[in-house]
Amino acid sequence: MELEHEFERVVAADHRVEPRDWMPDGYRRTLIRQIAQHAHSEIIGMQPEGNWISRAPSLRRKAILLAKVQDEAGHGLYLYAAAETLGADREDLTAKLVEGRQKYSSIFNYPTLTFADVGVIGWLVDGAAIVNQVPLCRTSYGPYARAMIRVCKEESFHQRQGYELLLTMMRGTQAQRDMVQRSVDRWWWPSLMMFGPPDTESTNTEQSMKWRIKRHTNDELRQKFVDMTVPQAEKLGVTLPDPDLRWNAERGHHDFGEIDWAEFWQVVGGDGPCNAQRIAHRRKAHEDGAWVREAAAAYAAKKSGEEQVA
Amino acid sequence: MNAYEGLVDTGEERHWAFGTGFTAALSGVDRALPAEVDTEDLTAYCLMLGDDALILSQRLAEWCSRAPELEEDVALANIALDLLGQARLLLTRAAEADGVACDEDTLAFTRDEHEFRNVRLVEIDCGPGPGGDFAATIARLLVFSTYRLALLQRLTGSRDPVLAAVAAKGVKEVAYHRDHAAQWTLRLAGGTEFSRERMVAGLERVWPFVDELFAPHPVEARLPGIAVDSATLRAEVDEVLDTVFAAASLARPEVSPLATVAGRGGRDGVHTEAMGYLLAEMQHVHRSMPGATW
Ligand SMILES: [Fe+2]
Ligand SMILES: [Fe+2]
Repeated sequence: MELEHEFERVVAADHRVEPRDWMPDGYRRTLIRQIAQHAHSEIIGMQPEGNWISRAPSLRRKAILLAKVQDEAGHGLYLYAAAETLGADREDLTAKLVEGRQKYSSIFNYPTLTFADVGVIGWLVDGAAIVNQVPLCRTSYGPYARAMIRVCKEESFHQRQGYELLLTMMRGTQAQRDMVQRSVDRWWWPSLMMFGPPDTESTNTEQSMKWRIKRHTNDELRQKFVDMTVPQAEKLGVTLPDPDLRWNAERGHHDFGEIDWAEFWQVVGGDGPCNAQRIAHRRKAHEDGAWVREAAAAYAAKKSGEEQVA
Repeated sequence: MNAYEGLVDTGEERHWAFGTGFTAALSGVDRALPAEVDTEDLTAYCLMLGDDALILSQRLAEWCSRAPELEEDVALANIALDLLGQARLLLTRAAEADGVACDEDTLAFTRDEHEFRNVRLVEIDCGPGPGGDFAATIARLLVFSTYRLALLQRLTGSRDPVLAAVAAKGVKEVAYHRDHAAQWTLRLAGGTEFSRERMVAGLERVWPFVDELFAPHPVEARLPGIAVDSATLRAEVDEVLDTVFAAASLARPEVSPLATVAGRGGRDGVHTEAMGYLLAEMQHVHRSMPGATW
């Protein structure tokens, strides 16, 4: 009881909960699930953009893209490490991912069809990720909050790179401008879905807000994203594919059209354009690498055995 | 305050992810061509070293999201990025020496296969494709980085200030690549029975391509004081590899070297069948959008 009061006091005062502090089981479970899903998203997220490294049309873009995808592996590593401070195990979390028992962000179940998608993902997907993640830099669990500070810095860099690629393409040929517009047409709605189901249907929000794991509702964050993105789209010269999108002076926000929640649930449910492909890719890498990890472990064990004998 | 600030204002060149700010890497280096140099030869030589780096980088990047563990994903991407950075500097130098209006991208994306001057070792599939696996990738990296480190160390004394500067920068990078490959060679050879078999098979996969690294080339001979004579690297490379093999209790593979084609190999633009596919993939977007800016 005393421990629980202390925990509640720490959370209410906006102080950080640290790995050795007492915490309710539900808080620990919720965090492990959320951090693991976040880590999985970083790792699965390497695939759609990684798809274009070999074909990047300039060496500079190739370097930027490779560095970005490498960053995502790094984000996965920080986040798995944060989950491990709660008693989770990376190998076990990876098994849950490749067996489809834990989810990752649905946005990565969409295909990357042209090089413009690299720019649009940077702009919209990293952009939406930032809106989701900036509040997490103040989340109540210390190691998660600290990981997010580092991740957010790098994500904003990714976003800038993506936007800069699009600006360059929009100043290029008509074929390039058309390519960007088609890409925006494909990614706009899925980006809005990244904030999750509407508040009326979100099951996790209330408890997570109370524990200060979460600080804003899905709809609040989605609105913020739309309001930020509209002027950027104008500056870029692309049309966001929503006839209902307009400024509402009364609300001080942009109104926007209805999201296709049926598609959202279909993709979340496993039947998105690339769900099976993404998991199969990750599973193959994990399985193909098993003998290498075993060899490394066996070698390390032999070495430490030798040291003990010596 | 918020991560979006400054986004719309993109007028300035910002500090991009590493690997892209390559002009800054050599700022202050005299870019004048050395006196009495045959510029055609200097171009060819820069292409040899640049293409080696570019094509191996392309191969290593194939591991991205496919490595045995996340740490290795990061490490292989790092090595690929280092090599890509070296390739960009060298292709840029080749373009300067050539004097024709072209740049690193023209050279990387619009040359045809017979104009690429890389050794065949870097272009073959050593995994994650069906042509190899992680051990073959490590075997190639061990051989190539040992060779390239020996080469770059000598190249730091080149009469071409740009080549000397590229080499000085590259030495530090490639020393890490070699160390990374050597450590994995020890782990795989000394890990499990299976991993040892794979390591042996990996070395056998790449060994036929080793001799080509040390074949003296007329372009090198025509650039005294600027280029490094490949034949002079063999002893040092053998010694380093033998040391790693001894530590790993591996024998040097007994596999014969691969023949050239009517005397010509990768350095002369005669490649393996794998090269056409690699270039088709690498050059496709650039070539299919003429006039585009990226
Ligand atoms: Fe990330
Ligand atoms: Fe990112």
